[in-house]
Amino acid sequence: MAEKTIRLRILRYRPERSEETFYQVYTIPYRDDMVVLDALNFIKDHVDPTLTFRWSCRMGICGSCGANIDGVPRLTCAVFLRSLRRRPVTIDPLANFPILKDLVVDIDDFMEKLVSVKPYIIREKERPLERGEFRQTPEDVEMFRQQSLCINCMLCYSACPVYGHDDQFLGPAASALAFRYLKDSRDQGADERVPAISTKHGIWQCTLVGECSVVCPKHVDPAGAIQQLKALAAAKTMKAMLLPLASR
Amino acid sequence: MDRLAYDVVIVGGGAAGLRAAIAAAETSPSLRIAIVSKVYPMRSHTVSAEGGTAAVMRDYDSFDQHAFDTVKGSDYLADQDAVEFFVRRAPAEVVQMDHWGCPWSREPDGRLAVRAFGGMSVKRTVFAADKVGFHMLHTLFQTTLKYENIERLDEWFVTSLLVEGGKVGGVAALDLKSGTIEAIAAKAVILCTGGAGRIYEFTTNGWIKTGDGMALAYRAGVPLKDMEFLQFHPTCLPGTGILITEAARGEGGYLVNKDGDRFLKRYVPEKMELGPRDILSRALMTEIHEGRGIEGPYGPHLHLDLRHLGEEVINRKLPMVRELVEEYVGLNPIEKPIPVRPGQHYIMGGVHTDVHGFTGMPGLYAAGEVACVSINGANRLGSNSLSECLVFGAEAGRFAASYAMSLPPISASNPVTTLAKVEEKRIFDGLLKREGGESLAAVRYEMQQTAETHIGIYRSGTGLEKAMNVIRDLRKRFELVGVRDKDPFFNTELTSTLELDFMLELAEIIALSALARKESRGAHYRTDFPKRDDANFLHHSMAVRTATGPTLETRPATITKWQPAARAY
Repeated sequence: MAEKTIRLRILRYRPERSEETFYQVYTIPYRDDMVVLDALNFIKDHVDPTLTFRWSCRMGICGSCGANIDGVPRLTCAVFLRSLRRRPVTIDPLANFPILKDLVVDIDDFMEKLVSVKPYIIREKERPLERGEFRQTPEDVEMFRQQSLCINCMLCYSACPVYGHDDQFLGPAASALAFRYLKDSRDQGADERVPAISTKHGIWQCTLVGECSVVCPKHVDPAGAIQQLKALAAAKTMKAMLLPLASR
Repeated sequence: MDRLAYDVVIVGGGAAGLRAAIAAAETSPSLRIAIVSKVYPMRSHTVSAEGGTAAVMRDYDSFDQHAFDTVKGSDYLADQDAVEFFVRRAPAEVVQMDHWGCPWSREPDGRLAVRAFGGMSVKRTVFAADKVGFHMLHTLFQTTLKYENIERLDEWFVTSLLVEGGKVGGVAALDLKSGTIEAIAAKAVILCTGGAGRIYEFTTNGWIKTGDGMALAYRAGVPLKDMEFLQFHPTCLPGTGILITEAARGEGGYLVNKDGDRFLKRYVPEKMELGPRDILSRALMTEIHEGRGIEGPYGPHLHLDLRHLGEEVINRKLPMVRELVEEYVGLNPIEKPIPVRPGQHYIMGGVHTDVHGFTGMPGLYAAGEVACVSINGANRLGSNSLSECLVFGAEAGRFAASYAMSLPPISASNPVTTLAKVEEKRIFDGLLKREGGESLAAVRYEMQQTAETHIGIYRSGTGLEKAMNVIRDLRKRFELVGVRDKDPFFNTELTSTLELDFMLELAEIIALSALARKESRGAHYRTDFPKRDDANFLHHSMAVRTATGPTLETRPATITKWQPAARAY
């Protein structure tokens, strides 16, 4: 019996050769246990070593290998070819990011947004190590656990129409991480962090499409986090308006 | 000052590298620090660590007990002074991670929770569900963002250390996003590049774990210590090699053979599923060799049975195990046992350092899996490696920072630029222009097959000699590997070629060190020398580079409180 094969149609971009992108179709042997990343690696190892993409852990936790698979942003290591109906399978780089080379996109814009939300514990005074850990009950941890699961894979930015329209928008993952720290009982940084996310291009720009939460491979629910952030920021503004300075 | 001139350059952005960067940054705000990594730090392989990080956190525990468990686990090859240094510093590091926001799992009263782990005599493994490495990595990475004196060079691939007059002066690195090779001048360099698991085919390690830092140090003249000691984790998913954490057994999971028998009662009756990894991996292989494995599409395997733990425990404490098994095996571990077999996981050996991460070469430090202090000896205990990254990352960061502060500013006439030009020529005029007929993937595949067959869980003199010959032949064939992508910009074929070069060099050293150790100790098991031989081999192997290839020296293991004894569990 002839070996089963599968066709993949992959977007190529070689900036040192041409400014034009183009699709290249590869036909490779198919096995039922192959994920999209296996197919990319087969091509790189046996067909075309110039095909360029990022990957590392191949177990859905390092966040390197996102791409648009048949138009949907997904982790290439977590999608079995057998689950895809269309032939050829079309693979594009993540949408809404500048392409560097083939499937590799430039994510430095996100890296700057991440810094802007101050994603670290802010304390008025550091707690001395000798006093041991902060006490946090399992319920306290539950307040921010879901948003702490973000792997920075950028699928949510690729799915977000607001970010697609205006790349100044803070976006889903960075907002979710702001929420994660605001909800952590060890943190005292709300006064710095809330103004950082309530700017013109901050959380208020989100129009509640919710695609970010649909594509998130770790169920972080950035859309839900942004809604709660809006409530939190509004309450803070109200408080500032209504209360005399001394009692804030 | 030159744009690319730093006080401290850290190569690698995993747990050890990030911890080192913070320690250096806190030593003095005037220090300029760079993390140079071939990936964005949050992609580093620390992200895949699952089970936990060990530290004495409870009244029922003691430093002596943690140290003894570690020494016994190491089959008495660990340096006992280093182990004591390590266990005393681990608790403060875990608390520090809490203060930085790590989402640790908690007891109902709010304290950090602890779980049981293999070879640990009491519960001392702190955890954040079963995504401990992921949470530690992101906590550390996000914490580095608040230090203005920490800069990052993301997606820069370090190709060599720049050494002048016996001292480190910086690194040469390929900036993937500009496609150029640059000199990065540094007063001190800390190697934190992790292990070398990709020398093997069946490994839990990510694609990026290619032993870069070990090869960089070795080529610069620093010895590699105990390279024959590779850890094989007992429970990996057949086919992919994806890790199923030891925490699954720490929480009460069973290992069973095709007869449904908890076979470990015949190997480690006292510890059962919580025996050390070296002994458990051999037990699994024995079951398979004696026909008690379960046949599967990737050959025989055993079963890790979690069903009796129930849905609530699995969802709360082992959510990643459930995710991985559902996603990659297509079954639910609440209802079905998980197929597992042993696979390469960790390397105990690495760049020789003292407890401060110092390698002996002025200005050069190493910490984490890339280094060999040694606290792990011939077999590491699960959950000691994340703590090791924290303790020795911080220590190396502080020492490198102090050393850098003792030096005058880097002068404009610094020779590293000239040294980097040589590197540029080697890579762009040599490697990149090569038109050889050998395939990168074919040479890499043969190296991995050789490592699996001859330098795996079981070794023999004849097998290791065969491995040496094959690897030496592969190193010749490597010279004929052509690079087809000729564009310098973001050229991952070129970086893969550089990585293969590193791995082949290390594979030869692993085989050579394993051949010389004519005994069985910890994870190094010689079928032709099945007994431990303290009279002749209670020492570290030190591989040193010479013009004609690696040579081996030895260095005594430090024994303080605990005399070598039979290792029964």
